[in-house]
Amino acid sequence: MTTIRLFQFAAPARFYRLTGALVPWCWAAFAALAAVGLFIGLLRAPTDATQGDAYRIIFIHVPAAWMSMLLYLAMAFWAAIGWAFNARLASMLARAIAPTGAMFTFLALWTGALWGKPTWGAWWVWDARLTSELILLFLYAGFISIVSAIDDPRRADRAGALVAIVGSINVPIIYFSVKWWNTLHQGASVSIAAAPKMASMMLTGMLIMTLAFWAYGFAVVFTRVRAIVLEREQHTQWAGEVARTSPAGRTPGMQT
Amino acid sequence: MIWNSAADFFAMGGYGVYVWGSFGVTLVCMATEPVLALVRHRNAQRNVGDDGAGVGS
Repeated sequence: MTTIRLFQFAAPARFYRLTGALVPWCWAAFAALAAVGLFIGLLRAPTDATQGDAYRIIFIHVPAAWMSMLLYLAMAFWAAIGWAFNARLASMLARAIAPTGAMFTFLALWTGALWGKPTWGAWWVWDARLTSELILLFLYAGFISIVSAIDDPRRADRAGALVAIVGSINVPIIYFSVKWWNTLHQGASVSIAAAPKMASMMLTGMLIMTLAFWAYGFAVVFTRVRAIVLEREQHTQWAGEVARTSPAGRTPGMQT
Repeated sequence: MIWNSAADFFAMGGYGVYVWGSFGVTLVCMATEPVLALVRHRNAQRNVGDDGAGVGS
């Protein structure tokens, strides 16, 4: 009986309704957290002694970089579950995560370049941290192209899962690159093993921004996975019922 | 509040172009992506309605 309960949200119809109910709350959490995080980061946190105000990029750079790695692992995890247990919904979730992960990877690279220029004197260097993060962007791109290139959705899911799983070796490489190699990129300021090496208000702002990005990630991934579920399930009875009860265009705002 | 004036705030101690270049692009990306996801959802909903499948099937 427990098994049935455990998998009750694995039914697309249930999952569709559950995520539909969660999305507005994710947006509310994002708005509140981002407001507080930006207030601290831009208006309250003191200027850094060595990096001046350029360091304020940290409030989006670090959360974006963390999200890029975490979302990759989440994508690989759900892709693997979808492959191993033939769970369609897990594969759909993996597909829904990919674009958001790619966007955060791009943002980590972009904000990193804008931070590197004033502090290192270079937009880009081929050091281990930057290069492995760029490879992460290519892995996301590879996953997205392979799943969209294969017509049969389940075959596409399996091919994508292979890319995602093999590529996940890159995530620990990114994370530990600043330890393993002598990089221009600074070492971790925050880790679970040691006390954070930054002022508490800077740290607070950064962690709140990270939570905000988490809430954003959930909101967007849930919205996209609902689209994917409908695309795949459009010939089922429940999808027809959903479409009839909430016709496109008449449903209010974010709740659709 | 750590800034003396609005101009001070936008100047970001001389790093304005880097700081606002980062926050600006982040804002654009994080505003565009949800819209694209929402549009995709709308289209999916419309397609379900269109093909008439699911009625009694």
